[in-house]
Amino acid sequence: MSSQVTIVTGRKNRGGGFVLSGVAWIVGILFVLPVVWMLLTSFHSEENAAKNPPDIAAPLTLDGYRSFFDSGPWPSIANSLTASILSTALVILLAFPAAYALSIRPVKKWTDVLFFFLSTKMLPVVAGLLPIYLFAQSVGFLDNIWLLIILYTSMNLPIAVWMLRSFLSEVPVEILEAASVDGASLTRTLRSVVAPVVTPGIASAALICFIFSWNELLFARVLTGTVAQTAPVFLTGFVTSQGLFLAKVCAASIVVSLPVLIAGFAAQDKLVQGLSLGAVK
Amino acid sequence: MSVDAEADTEARPGGRHAQPPGSEGAMMRRAGDWARRAPLLPALIFMIIVTQLPFVVTIIVSFMDWNAYYPDERGFAGISNFRRVITDANTRHAIWVTILLTAGVVLLSLVLGLLIALLLDRKFRGRGAVRTMMITPFLIVPVAAALLWKHALYNPSYGLFNGVLKWIFGDNAPQPDWISNQPLWSIIFALVWQWTPFMMLILLAGLQSRPLDVIEAAGIDGANQWEIFRYMTLPHLRQYLELSALLGSIYVVQNFDAVFTITSGGLGTANLPYTIYQTFYTAHDYGRASAAGVIVVIGTILIATFALRSVSTLFREETSK
Repeated sequence: MSSQVTIVTGRKNRGGGFVLSGVAWIVGILFVLPVVWMLLTSFHSEENAAKNPPDIAAPLTLDGYRSFFDSGPWPSIANSLTASILSTALVILLAFPAAYALSIRPVKKWTDVLFFFLSTKMLPVVAGLLPIYLFAQSVGFLDNIWLLIILYTSMNLPIAVWMLRSFLSEVPVEILEAASVDGASLTRTLRSVVAPVVTPGIASAALICFIFSWNELLFARVLTGTVAQTAPVFLTGFVTSQGLFLAKVCAASIVVSLPVLIAGFAAQDKLVQGLSLGAVK
Repeated sequence: MSVDAEADTEARPGGRHAQPPGSEGAMMRRAGDWARRAPLLPALIFMIIVTQLPFVVTIIVSFMDWNAYYPDERGFAGISNFRRVITDANTRHAIWVTILLTAGVVLLSLVLGLLIALLLDRKFRGRGAVRTMMITPFLIVPVAAALLWKHALYNPSYGLFNGVLKWIFGDNAPQPDWISNQPLWSIIFALVWQWTPFMMLILLAGLQSRPLDVIEAAGIDGANQWEIFRYMTLPHLRQYLELSALLGSIYVVQNFDAVFTITSGGLGTANLPYTIYQTFYTAHDYGRASAAGVIVVIGTILIATFALRSVSTLFREETSK
């Protein structure tokens, strides 16, 4: 039995398998190398970071991080956290009942509704940017974090609806019938019967919505100023300074990417589910 | 109650008395429909207000003369904005750049992603570690990734690429200015680095959902590795390839971060999102930016209709299971 499996999955040739594993390792290292380089440079002094050929063994220092934190990044990081967390919460709050209406007790023409949600993801963001800007300007909503929260919610809602629908359609109908026989209300059914079954799906959706909101640049750049500036916008403003800045920029990039790196590494499987809109489980 | 009413109607098909109870049943049904729709409505209304209304405004502004620098000249412009956008060489170039950038990034990262997924679909020492290393590029904030490529890798005087050249070839090593020489490819490579992990993750999940017993049987029946890949693995992967290509295109076609950071749209790399951003944000020509936006939306709808058709066949297969 085990020999058959080896034949089929291409591991009959031990030497060949060894080479393929080596190739896999090399490819993985090549892909992670720029990030490792960024991390190493962030701990070098500006003078050593700008050396050519590079000095790998240069003494390590926290100067890059020190000058990043001295430049006052906390308001923008706090803004990014607020926008990402609140918009993610809002997305789940809106998407969960919608996904319920599209899967467990589907409304008429539910596929049309589902494709309407997906089609909004295909409309280019830039084409709606101007009216949103003009509207925000006229009601004094520019440079307000709530504007970003609303926009990020609309940006991620279709993703969450698709994902949660895909998870909800796996909830066994018998459980729901039992709940309705017992006279449970809709809210109660959602909360105590459906939610536990789809909690993994909610976690995936929340992870992916958080990452996309945290990463967003175009809206944040156009619609915010000094008050509601987010971390990615802060990063772009970091390079304009004269003189050497490589170590500082690398330190800043590492710090700003850290929440996404931690969340993504901690939940790799959730990441796949989220990225594929729940098509892959 | 409603069941009784309907039974009543059926008992007297032609009778006028059947009318009131019948409509009561319809009302009950309508109320039931609304109860079903209720959980959907907040999300639907939210999306219509935030994503559809702005487009209506964009269409209106696209027919107007409106430049924030000349507020007195605001008025109806007919189709002159559209004529200017379509005849403008910059816009046509931006369309071309958008197509090249999207096709280049999606195809390259799809092929690389497939090869790496095949490598990782085997058991070997450190497989989890390699997978973790592979997904790291996708977890770097896109602006940070673009800054990393521009300053730490491509930079001609202290970037890693030229540093490696000096290590290998000594002091006389060529020190090319990567971004000036190949501006579009510089952006494409940085984006392929970020998007290959995305494609790889979806395709790897696809590979791991293959029905192993069928493949085993094929192996016993004497099919070789290539035949198994060509006639079993690839057809199974088709829907995953389509899904990752579609999702990748949705994101890459709208790319702003990399173009903005690496070249600032210079050296002929301005794609449509960047061009519209500039028309609106720097030139303040609202009418023209809107006309360009409308044209992009029309183009996207044409392409998306084909894309959605392929997804919906996929989707029907899934629901009919």
